[in-house]
Amino acid sequence: MLTKRIIPCLDIKNGRTVKGINFLDLRDAGDPVELAKFYSENGADELVFLDISATEERRKTLADLVLKVAETINIPFTVGGGISSVEDVEILLNNGADKVSINSSAVKNPQLINDLASRFGSQCIVVAIDAKQIDGNWKVHLVGGKVPTELDLFEWAKEVEQRGAGEILFTSMNNDGTKNGFANEALSKLSTGLNIPIIASGGAGTMQHFTDAFVEGKADAALAASVFHFKEITISDLKNELQTQGIPVRIIT
Amino acid sequence: MKIVIINYGAGNIQSIQFALKRLGVEAILTDSETEIRNADKVIFPGVGEASSAMQKLKASGLDKVIPTLKQPVLGICLGMQLLCNSSEEGNTKGLGVFDVDVIRFSNEVKVPQIGWNQIQNLKSELFQNIAENEFMYLVHSYYVPLCEGAIATSDYGIQYTSALQKGNFYGLQFHPEKSSTAGEQILKNFLEL
Repeated sequence: MLTKRIIPCLDIKNGRTVKGINFLDLRDAGDPVELAKFYSENGADELVFLDISATEERRKTLADLVLKVAETINIPFTVGGGISSVEDVEILLNNGADKVSINSSAVKNPQLINDLASRFGSQCIVVAIDAKQIDGNWKVHLVGGKVPTELDLFEWAKEVEQRGAGEILFTSMNNDGTKNGFANEALSKLSTGLNIPIIASGGAGTMQHFTDAFVEGKADAALAASVFHFKEITISDLKNELQTQGIPVRIIT
Repeated sequence: MKIVIINYGAGNIQSIQFALKRLGVEAILTDSETEIRNADKVIFPGVGEASSAMQKLKASGLDKVIPTLKQPVLGICLGMQLLCNSSEEGNTKGLGVFDVDVIRFSNEVKVPQIGWNQIQNLKSELFQNIAENEFMYLVHSYYVPLCEGAIATSDYGIQYTSALQKGNFYGLQFHPEKSSTAGEQILKNFLEL
């Protein structure tokens, strides 16, 4: 049986992890490779690296990092942040990334999804969608959720699927950072309305929130950052709890 | 021992090379017929779309070479699918080593299947020290139905073949190079065949 995936997300700036990492037992908590290795050995099903650098050298720094991560870990990983062309994707995949995630560039140029899917296959193209519920309507936002658009979340998600995305990473801006749980209603609508996997993101605070994302939200995978980075929840405890709740997960022995 | 990974421009071969390196083996990436024929073990990878991958194989003449290899050959993911008779993806004729046709999952399940699924009914020395129901990482939209050569099966809405064998040819639908320590054990078993 296919299991539900638990995905820690690492924010990367200039080749280093940023935003609240509290791993006292790591030699260097800022080293993404070391952190990736820790998670891969402790039951993470996948990892996402989100590059938030804004420097000229970002492409090269990210490509180097991907190579080091691929050399070290034995689970799949996705790379996102600032990817806007077939060439960008080619470099990252050739360096060992399993999937790439595109966001703003897909909204600005939807044809990019078709181009990437036909060139590299749908299986490695994740489209990330940040959306916020305003007056009952879910609107897609860009630039890390800062810039609103007129796009409706569900219409955009449908279009993304039709253009060949293999997976959608949905972040609810209303829930992100609140630790009050995932946006389960919207998740469920996405998951039942589309035929590609949906990754839930934004709002994880407790183990129950993950259960809810899978049961109520019908998500295929759940992504979180701070609850893992600050060891508020360990992946092994989480998976044991999910299994107790009857949710299929990969338990490593 | 000389291990080659067939390099025909389709897919993430870096990861396989790294996985072998973690096992202490330096594999050679090559599209040279001589190098491939002289290898002790051959890995035939592949990620992406079947018809364009097949075109690349034909362009390099490797479509004639691969089916005649005598040493152990391991097809991974699309590599395994290309070893079959045909694929529904792009109506592609395959290399015909495995006498079975690759078809698409029905829309009753999410397509592609992405994630960790279990392998069952293990029937090969390739799975030595691998437990029944071990988890493997899969990413695919097309699959091999249950067939005579199956050496592992999985369940995704239906039961299907997740690994198969015919003589010196082995095929894995999952990615051993991305399937944690259990996947590495399978690669190690292949190296020791």
